[in-house]
Amino acid sequence: MTAQTLTRLTRDQMAWRAAQDIPEGAYVNLGIGIPTLAASYVPAGREVIFHSENGVLGLGPKPRPGQEDKNLIDAGKNLATLVTGGCYMHHADAFLMIRGGHLDLSLLGAFEVSERGDLANWTTEDPAFPPGVGGAMDLAVGAKEIRVLMMHADRNGKPRILRECSLPLTAPQVVKRIYTDLAVIDVTAQGLVVLEMVRGLTLQQLQALTEPELKLADGWRVLQPPQAEAA
Amino acid sequence: MIDKRVKTLAEAVAGVRDGATVLVAGFGSVGVANNLLEALHEQGARELTVVANNAGNADYGLARLIGSGRVRKVICSYPRSGDYSAFLNAYKAGRVELELVPQGTISERMRCAAAGLGGFFSPVSAHTRLGEGKETREIDGRLHVFEKPLRGDIALIKANRADRWGNLTYLKSARNFNPVMAMAADLTIVEVDQIVELGDLDPEAVVTPSIFVDRVIAVPEGAWQ
Repeated sequence: MTAQTLTRLTRDQMAWRAAQDIPEGAYVNLGIGIPTLAASYVPAGREVIFHSENGVLGLGPKPRPGQEDKNLIDAGKNLATLVTGGCYMHHADAFLMIRGGHLDLSLLGAFEVSERGDLANWTTEDPAFPPGVGGAMDLAVGAKEIRVLMMHADRNGKPRILRECSLPLTAPQVVKRIYTDLAVIDVTAQGLVVLEMVRGLTLQQLQALTEPELKLADGWRVLQPPQAEAA
Repeated sequence: MIDKRVKTLAEAVAGVRDGATVLVAGFGSVGVANNLLEALHEQGARELTVVANNAGNADYGLARLIGSGRVRKVICSYPRSGDYSAFLNAYKAGRVELELVPQGTISERMRCAAAGLGGFFSPVSAHTRLGEGKETREIDGRLHVFEKPLRGDIALIKANRADRWGNLTYLKSARNFNPVMAMAADLTIVEVDQIVELGDLDPEAVVTPSIFVDRVIAVPEGAWQ
């Protein structure tokens, strides 16, 4: 396998790629982990409103030194800011927004995704640790569209995009698009369709890291991140 | 004259019985009534069922209650948050039971109890392990699971300001579970940064109306924040 010699996307580049697809005017929830990074890469001039499950609509970037407020955090419990026009609500209303189909998009992390778009991201079944679900199941069934950001395979090259998820599901048939460190893949009724791959990667190499069959889209493109990462 | 102010933390948590269900507001370390939790530890109630989003942090507040064996069961969405070693040790030793509930389902179950409703059908957790064993119904072609209301005997609330009637305002994301938990308990106890004169709170800015509040205590600067 020559994938080691390829230029895999960094976590920030994956977040950059997902951010390019967030439309103007969208209300968006970012899951903890890599999805959170996407907030920094929305193209300039595009107005997007970020929702946080702990009661923030209009979540802003990390506070600058001296601007920190211990009462203002994001879903990952990191200090955050509010954009001009943002507001607060209590938890039942924050989840009403999630569950009731009011969010246009949620970007989530995943342990596994199946070819039908089943999502597994709440427990690894490690007996040494208690499971945690947080808002994952609410987001998975409630947002109008679910897109996932995940490493394409595990450290040993074992696929994480599978025919059937091996881990307990968060929700069935909800993922519509997958951004990995190697490719952008759509989940369609006809199966998994590769829209973009990093330079130098062949479909055969990508297939070797993916359990279900992949199809290459007509007009597929090279997944080309910007050289310089945003601050 | 209606006056819900109490003078001491001991007075604030007086009467909490063994076996009580305690709603503990907060998200991570924000909006948590740590002084009331510390006072509840002093008060000594045991065999508690705690409803919270997380399972305590470090060695104070909820973590102290769990660490000293006062909590029989935790109903939460995400125990693995911050330094949750007190919970983890108790969990591994089988000293505390965990009921894992999706975050929006916890808050809506409490809202439902507050609203006097008998439960609701939700698509969240349908077709998953967390939905197993629950009554189901297909509504408009989509599978839903039945969720029961969740009521507390006690709610421990953190707010920013209160008046003597118990009207409450909050700060930023420290609002989180506080308003819904304040509505869903038989006895709602509130610690605030400041108590102000009746009439000083802008009626348009009151988030929790006084009807839901039973006891209020102002916690001085330098106490657990």
